[in-house]
Amino acid sequence: MHEMSLAEGIVQLLEDQAKAQDFSRVKQVWLSIGELAGVEAEALEFCLDVVSRDTLADGARFHFVRQPGTGWCLACSQSVAIHARFDACPLCGKHQVQVTGGDEMRVSELEVE
Amino acid sequence: MCTVCGCSKGNVKIEGRAPGGVKFPYRSHHAHAHEHDHSHDHDHDQHHAHPAAATVAEHQPALSQQAGGAALHYGQGAAHAHAPGLSQARMVKIEQDILSKNDGYAAQNRQWLRDRGIFALNLVSSPGSGKTSLLAETIRQLGHDTLVYVVEGDQQTSNDAERIRAAGAPAIQINTGKGCHLDAHMVGQALEQLNPADDSLLLIENVGNLVCPAAFDLGEAHKVAILSVTEGEDKPLKYPDMFAAADVMLLTKIDLLRHLDFDVDVCIANARRVNPKIKVLQLSSKSGDGMDLWIDWLLLEMNDAQLVKQREVARLRQQIAALEQQLQERS
Repeated sequence: MHEMSLAEGIVQLLEDQAKAQDFSRVKQVWLSIGELAGVEAEALEFCLDVVSRDTLADGARFHFVRQPGTGWCLACSQSVAIHARFDACPLCGKHQVQVTGGDEMRVSELEVE
Repeated sequence: MCTVCGCSKGNVKIEGRAPGGVKFPYRSHHAHAHEHDHSHDHDHDQHHAHPAAATVAEHQPALSQQAGGAALHYGQGAAHAHAPGLSQARMVKIEQDILSKNDGYAAQNRQWLRDRGIFALNLVSSPGSGKTSLLAETIRQLGHDTLVYVVEGDQQTSNDAERIRAAGAPAIQINTGKGCHLDAHMVGQALEQLNPADDSLLLIENVGNLVCPAAFDLGEAHKVAILSVTEGEDKPLKYPDMFAAADVMLLTKIDLLRHLDFDVDVCIANARRVNPKIKVLQLSSKSGDGMDLWIDWLLLEMNDAQLVKQREVARLRQQIAALEQQLQERS
């Protein structure tokens, strides 16, 4: 359940941005969550609802943009799509894939006023 | 305690006392103690009942003339907004990592440790893998010549810190309360209290949990995942994030292997599937098998950390000498 900590982190990030960019309410938030980030979007959404109450993001809508997992296969020397950290390379079947993308968790865009 | 989310202010305790400073200033619903930087003078009952449109109407009476509520729908972007001049809705692109706050604290911890030549490890595992026993044995084997400090993370009790102190090392207990992991801010506060000596070894025993601590950098040199042979060989596959985040895997309790069907090779292969670069050490703190390799590795890494500090000190001295030279040439 570290989704609760992540939700707290997101709201804190919004508070910091509010000071830096001079806004007082957040209406919509676009979150970029990688397929391999180990985060359950539904759990995070629930936590955000709880944590954002009585903050500047109270009632804000959170959109989840899922980023696909990608890796670099050492055997094939090319980038491949993977859906879990221990996935075999879809081309050669070997387990020599290093994650190169899809493990990020970012707040990418906000609608504010 | 908050009845909604279960969290509560002051839940985190370091050595039984609430740490100084406000860690969750945005948790206004618990304390209502901080000042908002936006006006917030609405009626609370209504506010909770209507998370969406009605709230905005109350906040900005000017907009209520638009009535019907439909025009105030959150689902519509800034471009569809209200009458011009009335709304300041705008889009802000920030592209910030959600963990950036934690990572910032972690970077501070890392720099603090680096400046002092302290080698720090973040030990993670399931509950019951034998972390504390391994730490106690490690402290004993390192002996009095090596300074070891321990940060103990548990939800409750200070039993582990007491066990470590009994083994002869200064230890500080962080109780995370409801929390399932240590974060960099907690560790930073613990470091201030623990005040480890230069060139020492810092062992951070995380909360027993193979999921959440994977995401939180504490400022350590390496995460060390501890897996006991009484667990399954497939644990690295079941909890891949942790084994991907760790640089080292310690396979512990190997004295029990003869009683078990545990296949060491399969387990290591599973760990390498998740993390091709993971370093694996096998040991038993009870029988002592493999402990020498672990201790050697610790001493080697500590030496490296000390060298980094010494080089930095030498570099700074050179800078000072160069500046003094410049000053003399001018005067």
